[in-house]
Amino acid sequence: MPEKFSKNAARNIYYGGSLFFILLFLALTYQTTQALPQRDHRDQLTEAVARGKEIWEENNCIGCHTLMGEGAYFAPELANVFDRRGGEQAFTAFLKAWMAAQPLDVPGRRKMPQFNLSEQQVEDLAEFLKWTSKIDDNNWPPNIEG
Amino acid sequence: MKYQSQAVAKPYFVFALILFAGQILFGLILGLQYVIGDFLFPEIPFNVARMVHTNLLIVWLLFGFMGATYFLVPEECETELHSPKLALILFWVFASAGVLTILGYLMVPYATLAEITGNKFFPTMGREFLEQPTLTKVGIVIVCLGFLYNVGMTLLKGRKTVINVVLMTGLVGLAVMFLFSFYNPSNLALDKYFWWWVVHLWVEGVWELIMGSILAFVLIRVTGVDREVIEKWLYVIIGMALITGIIGTGHHYYWIGPEPYWHWLGGVFSALEPLPFFAMTIFAFNMVNRRRRVHPNKAATLWAMGTAVMAFLGAGVWGFLHTLAPVNYYTHGSQITAAHGHMAFYGAYAMIVLTIISYAMPILGGRTEGNSNRSQVVEMWGFWLMTVAMVFITLFLTGAGILQVWLQRLPEAAGALPFMVTQEKIAVFYWLREGAGVVFLVGLICYFVSFFVKGPQAQSA
Repeated sequence: MPEKFSKNAARNIYYGGSLFFILLFLALTYQTTQALPQRDHRDQLTEAVARGKEIWEENNCIGCHTLMGEGAYFAPELANVFDRRGGEQAFTAFLKAWMAAQPLDVPGRRKMPQFNLSEQQVEDLAEFLKWTSKIDDNNWPPNIEG
Repeated sequence: MKYQSQAVAKPYFVFALILFAGQILFGLILGLQYVIGDFLFPEIPFNVARMVHTNLLIVWLLFGFMGATYFLVPEECETELHSPKLALILFWVFASAGVLTILGYLMVPYATLAEITGNKFFPTMGREFLEQPTLTKVGIVIVCLGFLYNVGMTLLKGRKTVINVVLMTGLVGLAVMFLFSFYNPSNLALDKYFWWWVVHLWVEGVWELIMGSILAFVLIRVTGVDREVIEKWLYVIIGMALITGIIGTGHHYYWIGPEPYWHWLGGVFSALEPLPFFAMTIFAFNMVNRRRRVHPNKAATLWAMGTAVMAFLGAGVWGFLHTLAPVNYYTHGSQITAAHGHMAFYGAYAMIVLTIISYAMPILGGRTEGNSNRSQVVEMWGFWLMTVAMVFITLFLTGAGILQVWLQRLPEAAGALPFMVTQEKIAVFYWLREGAGVVFLVGLICYFVSFFVKGPQAQSA
C-alpha cells in the first residue's frame, strides 16, 4: 500500500464509514417498519395466527422446512403451501389429514415426525400458514412448487 | 507463554475442538438422512440433528473466540488478565449450559423442551439458529457480560493496540446484536427482519472484526512484520467489511416482506462484500512474503493463509454467485445457499479458530516455537484433507443446487417438479457430498492425532 495512505486515514475511513452506514441502516429500518403494515397485512393477524406461529416454533418446523426460503432445505417450502394444497377451499382439511398421517410408511423416504397436535392446534397452524402466504414477498417463490 | 493468565485459553480451545467433532458427526448423520430418509428415525429426526449440527457450530466458534481473546488480550495489553478465576468459572457455566441444551435437544421432543423451559411465558425458541431455550439464551447473556467485563477491565489497565480494541469492539457487537434474539413478535415479517440483526450482523458484520483481529495477531507473530503495517491493513479490511456488510443485510430482505428497493440496495452492497475478503487474502500473502523470520510453527502459518483464501472463496465468491436479486429469486433457499453456508463458515470462522489454536496450543503446552516437525506434518495433513473435502462438499452441493433450480424453480408451474421428486433426482450429488464428508472426518481425525504426536519442539530455521 502506498506510504501516503496513512494508518490515521485508514482508521478514519473505518470509524466514519461504519458510523455513516449504521445511521443509514437505521433510517432504512425506520422506513421499512413504516411501510411493512401495508405489505404484511397485519390487520388480519388474529389470535389464531399468533398461536399458530407458536406451534410452528415449539415444534421446530424450521429444522426441516423453509418458510419464505429460510430454514432447512430438507423438506418443502411452506410459505406457499396454502396455495399449493387447496387454498381457501381445502387447505385446513388437507393439513389435518396430512398431520394425522405422519410418519408416512414408505421405507427410505424422508420422515416427518408425528407431533400429536390437537385439532385446534392444527387449525391454528393452518391459519398461520395462510396468513404467511399472503405477506407481500415480491412474488417469491418463482412457482407453486416453491 | 508470556503471561500466566493466558493459560485459561486452554480449556476453551480443548472444549471447542470437542464440540467441533460433535458438529462433524452430526453433519454426517444429516448427510446420510438426505439420501436414506429414515436413517435413525424416529430416534434422531432430521430437525433435531440439524439443530445440534448448527448450534454446536455456533457454540464451538464462540468458545474458540473466547479462548482466542483470553490468549491474545494479555499479550496485546502487556498485562495479566483481570481475573483468570472468573474466566474459569464462566467456562464451566457456559460448558455445562451448552451440554445440557444439546442433551435437551437429543433426549426430549422439542415441544417438551419448550414446555419445561417455560417458552410460553417468553417465547424465543424455534427460529433457525436461535433454537436455544430462553433460559439458555439468558445464560449466554450472563456469560457474555462476565466475559466482556473481564476482558474490558484487562484492556483498561493495559496497553491499547488496534488489535485488542478492534477485537473488543467485535465482541461487544456480538453481545449487543444477540439481544435481538429475545425479540420475537407474532408478526412473522417483523420477526424475520430483526432475526437477521443477529444472524447477518454477526457473520457478515461483527464476527469479521473478531476474525480480522485474530488473523492480524497471528500474522504479526509468525511473520515478524512491523505492527504499523499490519494495523493499517486491519483498519482497511474491517472498514470495508462494515461499509459493505451493514447495508448488505439487504440481500436477506428480498423475499420476506420489505419493499423491492432492497433488491438493488442489497445487491450493490453485497456485491462489494467479497472485497474485504479479497483484501484479506492479499494481506496474508503479502505479510508472509515480507516476513522477517521463518517461524518454526509452519502449520500455524498455513492455517492463517488458508483462512484468507477459503474465506474469500466461501464468503466472497460463493456469496457473490447468488447475491443479486434476479439470481437469488431462483436460488434462494436452495442447495446453493447450503453450499455457500458450508464453505463460508468453514473458511472464515472455523479456520480462524483453528489458526489461533494452531499458534497458541503449542505455546500453552510450553513449546514456544511450535510442535515437533512430525506433529506439524500430521496437522498439515489434517488441514489439507479437511480443506479439500470442504471444497468438494461445496462443489457437490452447488451441483445439487443448480439441478434443483433447473428442475423445480425455472419451469412454469405445470412443468416444474415437486420438491421431493427433485430431491430424488439429485440424490447422486448428496451421496458424493456424504463421501466428501467422510474425507473431512478423516482429516479431522488426523488433526486430532497431531496433538498426540511427540517429538522435540520445532527449531527456528
